[in-house]
Amino acid sequence: MLRACLRGANATARKNYRRIPLTSLQQCRHYTAGEGSSASKVVVAGLLTVSGGIGGTVLYAKWDRLCLCVCVFSLEECNECHEHKEATAVHPAPTEPMKERPVEEVAARLAQQEQEEQDISASVSASLEDSLASSAKATLQAIGAQEAALQAIMQHTDKLKEAMEAEVLPEEKSNQWKDLEAALADRTTALNDARAALSKANESLDSLRSVIDESKGLKISSVRPLVLAAEENLHNMVVDLDKMVMKCFCVLAGKLSTDDLNALIAHAHRRIDQLNRELAEQKVREKIHIDAALEQQKLEDQKALDSAVNTALQHVKEEARLDQERKLAELREVMEAEMRTQLRRQAAAHTDHVQDVLKVQEHELKAEAEQVLSSKMLEQETRYRQLTQEQLDNFTLDMNTAYARLKGVEEAIDSHVVAEDEARKAHQLWLSVEALSYSLKTAEADVPTVPLENAAQAVRDSCRDNDFALALASALPEKSLQRGVYSEASLRARFNSLRSLARRVALIDESRNSLYQYFLSYLQAALLFEKRQEAPPSQLSSEDLDPFKLLSYASYCLEHGDLELAAKLVNQLRGEARRVVEDWLIEARLTLETRQVVNLLSAYANAVGLGTTQAP
Amino acid sequence: MADEHARKWDRCLADTAVKTVTGLGVGIVVSFIAFKRRAWPLSFGSGLGLGMGYSNCQHDLRSPYLIHGRMVKDQ
Repeated sequence: MLRACLRGANATARKNYRRIPLTSLQQCRHYTAGEGSSASKVVVAGLLTVSGGIGGTVLYAKWDRLCLCVCVFSLEECNECHEHKEATAVHPAPTEPMKERPVEEVAARLAQQEQEEQDISASVSASLEDSLASSAKATLQAIGAQEAALQAIMQHTDKLKEAMEAEVLPEEKSNQWKDLEAALADRTTALNDARAALSKANESLDSLRSVIDESKGLKISSVRPLVLAAEENLHNMVVDLDKMVMKCFCVLAGKLSTDDLNALIAHAHRRIDQLNRELAEQKVREKIHIDAALEQQKLEDQKALDSAVNTALQHVKEEARLDQERKLAELREVMEAEMRTQLRRQAAAHTDHVQDVLKVQEHELKAEAEQVLSSKMLEQETRYRQLTQEQLDNFTLDMNTAYARLKGVEEAIDSHVVAEDEARKAHQLWLSVEALSYSLKTAEADVPTVPLENAAQAVRDSCRDNDFALALASALPEKSLQRGVYSEASLRARFNSLRSLARRVALIDESRNSLYQYFLSYLQAALLFEKRQEAPPSQLSSEDLDPFKLLSYASYCLEHGDLELAAKLVNQLRGEARRVVEDWLIEARLTLETRQVVNLLSAYANAVGLGTTQAP
Repeated sequence: MADEHARKWDRCLADTAVKTVTGLGVGIVVSFIAFKRRAWPLSFGSGLGLGMGYSNCQHDLRSPYLIHGRMVKDQ
């Protein structure tokens, strides 16, 4: 706002500048002869303008409050205000220094007078300012109100014209008429407001005028410019106000042209038609409304009836409910009493039950206690029994050990007896075996021994319960028992004779057994000489299987008492030689067998005797 | 067995001798009767007898496990 006003001020300053330079330019035209002087004039004019602008803005700053209000409503007012200010500013500016110059001579008094004047002027200016401010405000308000009234009138007029001229639907028409009525109301109110504001402004202007007159009456020169300014302001304000009023009035007066009148008539006719139509419509509507109202009335009656019925129903319901409640309460009492009796009964039953349960528990506990007691008793008993058993066992153990020892002693004795018996038996056996071996040894040259039956029987008798000896004794060959065996000497002798025979038939075997072979064999025996006795090697090779060699080996063995080896060697003979010495071989085997058994028996008897014989 | 061997030999020899003499005799008879007292039936007969005896002896000696039995009259 301030900037706008400043711009306004500058614009006015420029306007003023335009005004003043006109005069200054006129002055310049008069004095166009001197260029330098024109330049100085221009400079002076510029300076003046600048100072005027500055002064104006200063005063405007004082009237800042006022100008704000003015600028809100219209910028022209502000400009006019500024014009006033400029006028007042410009004029006092040059007068001030003019005043001050003649006063300088009487400095003190003038200063005092000046001071007084300044005080008065200050007060006056203050009062002027106040009154100006108030009057300006009121004026502005009045102007504003007038403007508003003007606007309202214009609006109303427009609306009227629109309503008259426009051909729209009846509803719209009625709306328009309503708007029109509203506009009319607005207009009236605006007019009233304007009138009121105008009166107020006039009052304030009158007051201002009075103040001005007062201040004029003071006759102080310093006040005069202010007064002048105030007067001018007042004048301007009055002018503006009157202008506005005039405008309003003019607008209000509103001469209607013939066209307008015709339009008005036509419009009036139209309006009449419209109204007639509306009337008809209204009648119809009324009828409808009446019907609707009747219907509504019916509905309302129905509703009333319903509501009455509802209320009656509710009452009845309520009564029934109350009855029910009462009955319920009575029933409850009865039930309560019954429940009490039942509860009493139940309590009694409960006590009985509790008694029973207690009894049962008592029994149970008793049983448990008895069980515990019995178990403890049992335990004690078992322990006692265990101890006794232990004692018994120990005793038995001792007895058993003693008995065992006794038994051992007895057994030892028995075994001794047995051993002695055995020893005796062994001796007997040994004796009998010795007899047997003796009988075996005593053999003559060509005659076999005595039958060993007796000796064998003796041996068998002496070893009745000894299986081994018995087995051995029964292992003796039958022939030796029955017939006896040949001694070694006899066998030896026999062998010698057999040897020559074997030599003679050495060449004969199954394949070669013709007489010619016999002759050849005899020839061989006659011509072949071998050692009489030759020591046999430990192992026989194939060349040792020659009959002659074998016979010499066998002779050697026999001479050295080794019948077994001799028999083995003789066993190697083959063919006819073998058949010839077969008998001898059998006999030799028999002898060997018997001797073996007898040797075993003897050894056994010795062993037994050794075993049983106690060392002294 | 050895005795048997010796016995066999005895028997064999005896038998051979007998057969030879018998052959000889038969030869003499045959030569006397048929062959006009020639000498060849004699040698033939004796050879015959010898051969028979030889064969018999060989056979006897070849079967060593065959023992001749002797009839013993019950007295």
